[in-house]
Amino acid sequence: MILALLQETAARALTFPGAHSVLRPHGPQALRIHELWRFLWIVALVVWVLVVAALLWGAFRRHGPEDGGERSGGGPGMHRAVVGATALTVVVLVVFLVFDFSTGRALTMAPGGELHVQVTGHQWWWEVEYPHPEPYKRATTANEIHVPVGVPVVVELQAADVIHSFWAPSLTGKRDLIPRVRSSLWFQADTPGVYRGQCAEFCGYQHAKMGFQIIAEPRAQFEAWLARQRDSARTPADTLARRGRQVFLASSCPLCHTIAGTMAGGNVGPDLTHLASRRTLAAGTLPNTRGNLAGWIVDPQRIKPGVIMPANQLAPRDLQALLAYLETLE
Amino acid sequence: MRLVPLAPFAALALALVSTLAGCQREARRFRETPPAATASPLVTDDPLQPGPVVISATARSPYEENAYAVSQGEQLYNQLNCVGCHAHGGGSYGPPLMDDEWIYGSEPENIFETIVEGRPNGMPAWRGKLSNQQVWQLVAYVRSLSGLLRPDVAPGRPDHMEARSMPQATTPARPRQSFQPPASTHP
Repeated sequence: MILALLQETAARALTFPGAHSVLRPHGPQALRIHELWRFLWIVALVVWVLVVAALLWGAFRRHGPEDGGERSGGGPGMHRAVVGATALTVVVLVVFLVFDFSTGRALTMAPGGELHVQVTGHQWWWEVEYPHPEPYKRATTANEIHVPVGVPVVVELQAADVIHSFWAPSLTGKRDLIPRVRSSLWFQADTPGVYRGQCAEFCGYQHAKMGFQIIAEPRAQFEAWLARQRDSARTPADTLARRGRQVFLASSCPLCHTIAGTMAGGNVGPDLTHLASRRTLAAGTLPNTRGNLAGWIVDPQRIKPGVIMPANQLAPRDLQALLAYLETLE
Repeated sequence: MRLVPLAPFAALALALVSTLAGCQREARRFRETPPAATASPLVTDDPLQPGPVVISATARSPYEENAYAVSQGEQLYNQLNCVGCHAHGGGSYGPPLMDDEWIYGSEPENIFETIVEGRPNGMPAWRGKLSNQQVWQLVAYVRSLSGLLRPDVAPGRPDHMEARSMPQATTPARPRQSFQPPASTHP
């Protein structure tokens, strides 16, 4: 009862709306990690109480004349107690080891994932690709992984530059992304929702602003989303947006960014084909609103110093047109 | 009167100065110009003169001693596909960048102009595509390829391109300026 209360307090203290937390698992893997954590926590608490009790007993017990002088702390009773405590410690550590090992083993056993997603870590954003046998039907997005609820998802990981680490605490443990090494992990989201993830291996100046979101939604909704993402961008009908498209293609944007359906095919920065459908900008740094987008285009070094995207000098009219165009990229 | 021994203070001052120099080498300057500043031509040349074009620079390369900027330049060099023609300095369609021969000059201002204005026979003009800051970063990296920067500023070669036995690092001879235009541009 008290234990549960303490645990709930800890969970409350470490979570706020929209945050990620190991203490609020939403999938089978996070649940296993949570069970391991709870077991270690309870055992550690019991050990702590026992040690403090022994310490207090030692400090305040009545000292008789027989155990004074050099022989203090000796005696067959004390000897037995020390041996017993050591044996108990060894047993506890072995139990921890076995539990930890079996949890780690269970986490890596993939149940034959139904959905494969390729995630590439860049400084400092995540490229997410949904493969398809037909190359033109591949869907590429950034910093957002949409998955259907209750389906095991296998994530294939690779790094483009330096070591990153994929971590979505509410769903699964960490896995490092190492350049030239392919790794994978799987997870499953049991309840619909938005789960935050984060790079968990220091990867440079903006490591802290390298977040992503896993969006778990019902099957039909996910399929509709994926079908939209596989489409190319349409040429907008609106005159202002058309001008914005021209601004995009004539400026330095296509050197780094791709918009499927146009001549822009850069592969340095995130694919912008469906930019307007994303929830955040700059790897979970800002909500995707028109104002934030404008600020990001004009002066990204203010928002994320050190990011590869340079400041862009655009005439105000060009900027407005560009924003109007980018907002059509649903 | 006893004189205060100066040697420890001098040593301290020397250590401080060398530490500060190290800071300069590693300084990361992310926002050099306010984004609203208009791009002005930093390097101008006067076409109305006999003989080879003389560059009059109005700005110095800011990154000759900055390791971070040089590595950013390396990143841009790879991402913007300079590799496509110049390879990793060895050259293929474009001239090699790691030797001591410079068709259009080896000074930072010369290379800046080469990148911004382009050159005949294939080098595209990057005017309007790159910010001045990015061009200077590229300039610094290109110069590091042929050893014109201090070795502690220049980035190391990627592991997979490293030869088995590292050749002894040597100071290159002064770069040769060859103003002979390529044969194909002769009338």
